[in-house]
Amino acid sequence: MPQSRAAPPQLILLGPQRLRPTLGEALATLGTEGPVATVTAGWQDREAEDDELREHLGGRAVNLELYRRAEELFADDAGLFAGHRRRQNDLREAQRIYRRRLAHTLAAARELLADSSDSELLEDARRDALAAVRRLDAEHLDVVQQIHRRFRRQIRPDRRAGLRRQREELSRRLSTCQALAIAGGHVAVLLNRLRLFDIMYLAAKRPILAWSAGAMALAERVVVFHDSPPQGAGDAEVLETGFGRVRGLLPFPHARRRLRLRDPLRVALLARRFAPATCVALDEGDHLAQGENGWSAEAPARRLTASGDVTTFSGPLASRE
Amino acid sequence: MVAIHQLLADGPPAGEAIEAFLEEHEFPLNEGRSTTFVYRGEAEEVRLRHWIYGLPSSLPFQRVAGTDLWFLVEELPPGSRVEYKLEVFRKGRRKLIRDPSNPNLAHDPFGSNSVLHGRGYETPDWVLEDPDARPGKIVKLSIDSEHLGGARQLQIYMPPRFRRSQSYPLLVVHDGPDYLHYSSLKTVLDNLIYRHEVAPLIAVLTHSPDRLVEYAADPRHAAFVSEELMPAVEARLPIDPSPAARGLMGASFGAVAALSTAWMRPERFGRLLLQSGSFAFTDIGPSTRGKAFDPVVEFMNRFRARPGRPSEKVFVSCGQYESLIYENRSLVPLLQETGMRVRWTEARDGHNWENWRDRLREGLSFLFPGPLWMVYE
Repeated sequence: MPQSRAAPPQLILLGPQRLRPTLGEALATLGTEGPVATVTAGWQDREAEDDELREHLGGRAVNLELYRRAEELFADDAGLFAGHRRRQNDLREAQRIYRRRLAHTLAAARELLADSSDSELLEDARRDALAAVRRLDAEHLDVVQQIHRRFRRQIRPDRRAGLRRQREELSRRLSTCQALAIAGGHVAVLLNRLRLFDIMYLAAKRPILAWSAGAMALAERVVVFHDSPPQGAGDAEVLETGFGRVRGLLPFPHARRRLRLRDPLRVALLARRFAPATCVALDEGDHLAQGENGWSAEAPARRLTASGDVTTFSGPLASRE
Repeated sequence: MVAIHQLLADGPPAGEAIEAFLEEHEFPLNEGRSTTFVYRGEAEEVRLRHWIYGLPSSLPFQRVAGTDLWFLVEELPPGSRVEYKLEVFRKGRRKLIRDPSNPNLAHDPFGSNSVLHGRGYETPDWVLEDPDARPGKIVKLSIDSEHLGGARQLQIYMPPRFRRSQSYPLLVVHDGPDYLHYSSLKTVLDNLIYRHEVAPLIAVLTHSPDRLVEYAADPRHAAFVSEELMPAVEARLPIDPSPAARGLMGASFGAVAALSTAWMRPERFGRLLLQSGSFAFTDIGPSTRGKAFDPVVEFMNRFRARPGRPSEKVFVSCGQYESLIYENRSLVPLLQETGMRVRWTEARDGHNWENWRDRLREGLSFLFPGPLWMVYE
């Protein structure tokens, strides 16, 4: 059901930045000249190794150091740390159970999509199989949400002095910044740190630039994926609820390397499984911007379609399939 | 009908037709399950020399009457990779040469062979240098060994973005320099770590001046690895001390060295990567493999009688075209019964370094999985 919401903040999703940085260019389109808050928590203990990022931002970066802050908090607040560990263990276990169920459910959908019989029953069976996958994804997200709710209920992070102090300091830091840039890295660590410090709330309506895991974290759902891993079947998994700033799009960073974009069956399955969101590839040079009229591609971008094709688009993203 | 038979359908072709035929195709020529080898030149006899266990090791070419064109058509299963040479007899002399019409070569400590890439075989992209991948580096370390007598030169692979504040898994690689030269080990590690398929690890590349003795389940070698090599590396580098972060790896006799070291030092090495192990044993009667294998047979017989649980996780691979396939296949259920997690894979390939190279992604990612699913940089 559509929800009424305030006009979305200006948002830019970019392809990976290491080999072909476009961040400076993208920042210029925002028309801001002040400091830019950066989040590199996904790099974990390399968080502070951000020289190249600072360069791309023309010396305007203010690293929020969320990874370091969280480590210090965990060291100072044993209760918070224990609760965090318990939650992470619960999330891992939930993911393991979901993965086992998903393997069978997804295999059925995949086999039916590949079935070439002309039976009249086949299309209904495909739809049902796909609905089962979508239902399982949704159930898993419910479980994940319950785990997060239990953490908040038991640990009451908003009442913990150390965390409150950190949030206040972050609020002050952010108040001097005109935009927020979120780098990639370990997506679960990144999500966790952004959530712990409530960065989306603190960032308010500042424009956001994000790439790789940063872009994934901003979506409505965080989907981890690899079509050709060295171990396992390569079943994309729903990991978490994202921050929902990116609506209607599901970004797939490093798609060229991680997805079999020439396999119509896999492409179709992803597109249909996550519809109505549009699955978009986010490789080097890609640049998607969300303005008042929705999403548009500043450079030719690719989306995965329910028919199994990968189509290129420029300019405004057409209505959902 | 394969192309060479079409060419010959109307009798021996003229020289120009042969020229055109050779220009039109790349050789060896894969057509369905058939592969055509050709040789052009004056000779009394031409034969294909290969190392496929199960086929006669020398297969005769057929001469096209009245020409200097020789050919051989063989059926090979899809995905095969075969190393071979041509054996050319001329004026009573025999010469082993690489196939002049085939640019694909594989190198090993004895030289190089021509390589047939059968239908469906592709050189994996992760064995080729990727300019995007961050490079690790190789450093040298010399240690004195009381157990083996004298100094031993080691090479150590340090992963890209190495940090002293992290602790790393340690993989001891037998015949390490050969893995480096003939199996592109550094490139493979750089690529798999860059792709997050394998965790950043430190690999110690060791080699032996007398491998047929030291690698043949020699207790002195197990003592060297456990009591000299490991402490020396741990004293210098941040190594994760848990067994799950310690691995031994090797091919052929090197695999025997890895397995026997783990068996003699149980609960020290939680990860084993065993490739085409020379795991000869006897159920009854003497071994026919030769004297060098005697200590191996003696060890394997003891091991098979009481395997214990030498490790936690083990990856075993072997080529289907190797004589050792039987010994390796029969080891797998034995290992599984010990309660270890065992991954077994076999390929249509022989006892060679590129076979071992091509299995590294599966083996290393099984033993030391990287954060592939979670990291998007």
